Amino acid sequence: MLRYLARRLLLTIPVLLGVVTLVFSLIHFIPGDPAQAMLGETAAQEDVDALRQRLGLDRPLLEQYGSYVRELLRGDLGTSLRTSQSVTEAIVERLPATLELAAAAMLVSIGFSIPLGIVAAVRRGTVVDHAATTLALLGISIPNFWLGPLLALVFAVELGWLPVSGRGTVAHLVLPAISLGAALAAILARMTRASLLEELREPYVQAARARGASRGRAVMRHAFRNSLIPVVTLVGLQFGAVLTGAIITETIFAWPGIGRLLIQSIGFRDYPLVQGCILFIAVTYVGMNLLTDLIYGVLDPRIRYE
Amino acid sequence: MARVGAVIVGVAVLAAVFGPWLAPYDPAAQELALRLEGPTGLHWFGLDELGRDIFARILSGARISLLVGLVVVGVSSTIGILLGSVAGYVGGRIDEVISRAIDILLAFPGLLLAIAMVAVLGPSLTNVVLALSLIGWVGYARLVRGQVLRSREFDFVQAARALGATTPRILARHIIPTTLPAVSVQATLGMGGAILAEAALSFLGLGVQPPTPSWGTMLNYGRGHLLDAPHLTVFPGLAIAILVLGFNFLGDGLRDALDPATRGRRT
Repeated sequence: MLRYLARRLLLTIPVLLGVVTLVFSLIHFIPGDPAQAMLGETAAQEDVDALRQRLGLDRPLLEQYGSYVRELLRGDLGTSLRTSQSVTEAIVERLPATLELAAAAMLVSIGFSIPLGIVAAVRRGTVVDHAATTLALLGISIPNFWLGPLLALVFAVELGWLPVSGRGTVAHLVLPAISLGAALAAILARMTRASLLEELREPYVQAARARGASRGRAVMRHAFRNSLIPVVTLVGLQFGAVLTGAIITETIFAWPGIGRLLIQSIGFRDYPLVQGCILFIAVTYVGMNLLTDLIYGVLDPRIRYE
Repeated sequence: MARVGAVIVGVAVLAAVFGPWLAPYDPAAQELALRLEGPTGLHWFGLDELGRDIFARILSGARISLLVGLVVVGVSSTIGILLGSVAGYVGGRIDEVISRAIDILLAFPGLLLAIAMVAVLGPSLTNVVLALSLIGWVGYARLVRGQVLRSREFDFVQAARALGATTPRILARHIIPTTLPAVSVQATLGMGGAILAEAALSFLGLGVQPPTPSWGTMLNYGRGHLLDAPHLTVFPGLAIAILVLGFNFLGDGLRDALDPATRGRRT
């Protein structure tokens, strides 16, 4: 297990380095002069020069890269151009809101999808199965930037049951969490169904039935447990999709998280903040994928010995 | 379900091609006196904030959506097939470099990288297509590389090699054709993905810019009128969802038809 862990950690280093390099180079892809682009066409030349110097854009590229990596290692993501606040601080301030939303969305999707997947697999080929699989396909196809406003329209505007935007109470969390979790729920339901169907064909399930286990017990105690391995993996791997989806959901529901911060900073051409948010989301995604692989290694010993 | 998907996609293609002749109004024509009016017998889907006919704009938006899907899938699958087959067949250093590039790009959630690229390049239809294509190839390359690793051991490939066929010829004539069924499934599902991604970027204000009618941009503007004109949100969103559903149905059906292992047992 230790060797697997070490190998997996080592493999993550070049990926992280690649992510950092890509995020660093973003600013250099800005057409024309990045400093001018950040301040706008009408900015005075001395302001543009001062910004270029402040961001180190007047130094050789390698030197810029070296100091970017050194500052990153110290946890310094730069300074916001608009507010002069530290980017790290800005992200840390918004982090609880994004984590709260992501966790709620995952809870909603797991709570809905697993029972749906089980029912579809157990009642395979019936109307229930067709309804469940169609519902899952609908969940994948309906974009969250449409589902969000629709939910707001029905439950906030028409029925007045829930607040339309903002953060504060549990009620504020309901619509954003459903809107963000729906696609993941659909994917998980499909995976649960497929995975459980595979397990139900295995001889050990038949053996359990032959030993007198009830159908429900054979499904839940035997097949379902094993079918969870790919489902758990998928939950981990989909965390990135949830983080990206949060960018849209936070924008729709004025949720004060990192996703909204990213979109606002793009609007203000606050590139240090844009870079910081993107790097943070990407590194979190890499970290979640690593964690998922490690959990997968623990759950399924065959992976460790490959 | 695949048939339903084919019908949906077929209707969308017809709307995109013949939209200008089918539309009862010019998508850019404004009737300011009727702005935000709901659906009526004359304007089936109502009018937007500038008094433009939403039905005409949805027909016109179908053209943008399908165009983005086609170009993104075309470019990214071509790059992906080329790099994936070279990595899988040649192996060694080249495989290492391509595989690491794939790993790094896969380390980003897809839409995040697209947002990052459009944020620096500036919002426009061209930049959306560029960003989605530069990200999209990774999935195809990984798929094709895996397929090639398997098919390069096939007897007919060994035979071609023994007969002195060059690597480009073996790749073009023998290896790449074996990957096409899997690629076509991914491409069909990728059409839906690209359409969704373009709509998401346009919704965030990072994609197609007004006055060009894009479904995502229409939804973005509809957000400001959720209370007084919900039809601005309902119809463009419905169009996106139905078209993406169509491609998903078609992709699933194609996968079942091309892969005997999954035939008869939907996943």
